[in-house]
Amino acid sequence: MDIIETIKSQIENNGVILYMKGTPQAPQCGFSARSVQALMACGERFAFVNILDNPEIREQLKVYSNWPTFPQLYVKGELVGGCDIITEMFDSGELQTLIKEAVGTEQNS
Amino acid sequence: MVIQKSIEKALSDAFDIGYMAVENESHMHSVPPNSETHFKVTLVTDEFVGQRQVARHQKIYKALAEQMRNGVHALALHTYTVEEWQQAGKVPSSPNCMGGSKKQ
Repeated sequence: MDIIETIKSQIENNGVILYMKGTPQAPQCGFSARSVQALMACGERFAFVNILDNPEIREQLKVYSNWPTFPQLYVKGELVGGCDIITEMFDSGELQTLIKEAVGTEQNS
Repeated sequence: MVIQKSIEKALSDAFDIGYMAVENESHMHSVPPNSETHFKVTLVTDEFVGQRQVARHQKIYKALAEQMRNGVHALALHTYTVEEWQQAGKVPSSPNCMGGSKKQ
């Protein structure tokens, strides 16, 4: 499968997916760490891709999403944003609502 | 200061700016002294009225495409309309590095 197809299927098949540097247990960047912390606090399962282990995804996703940095959070197939947006949405409570709703629809479908 | 200046100019050219602050935060990361790799941008413009954060950030990345291709590694973005800015009070601070030589 070509890389763009792989990315598309990852984004479409996971209600919540974070492209990050490192893993949730061992983030390799402060921005990724802060994003994971917010996501974990939402209390739902989420998928992740360590872009440091996947250099092709790292390069292609930047172009695909028109977003040149990581982390990148996708919910229900749509780019939500990077660390600043994730943090702001978490602080306002929007992120919790969005994630719970996304995971809820996933389980029902 | 070269890249910082070019970021400021590109943003001034692309937006009708109410308030702008570009800070070099590279010293918080594992890069050589005086690097220009990590920046924080605060941008206030009424062009953001009615736009979601993701669209605002994409607009900025588009304006800074050249800088992002040439050495800028991280860009913390804080975007506001004039009204949001008046209510915001304080811009959030960026996280410190966790990779490279500054890893805990």
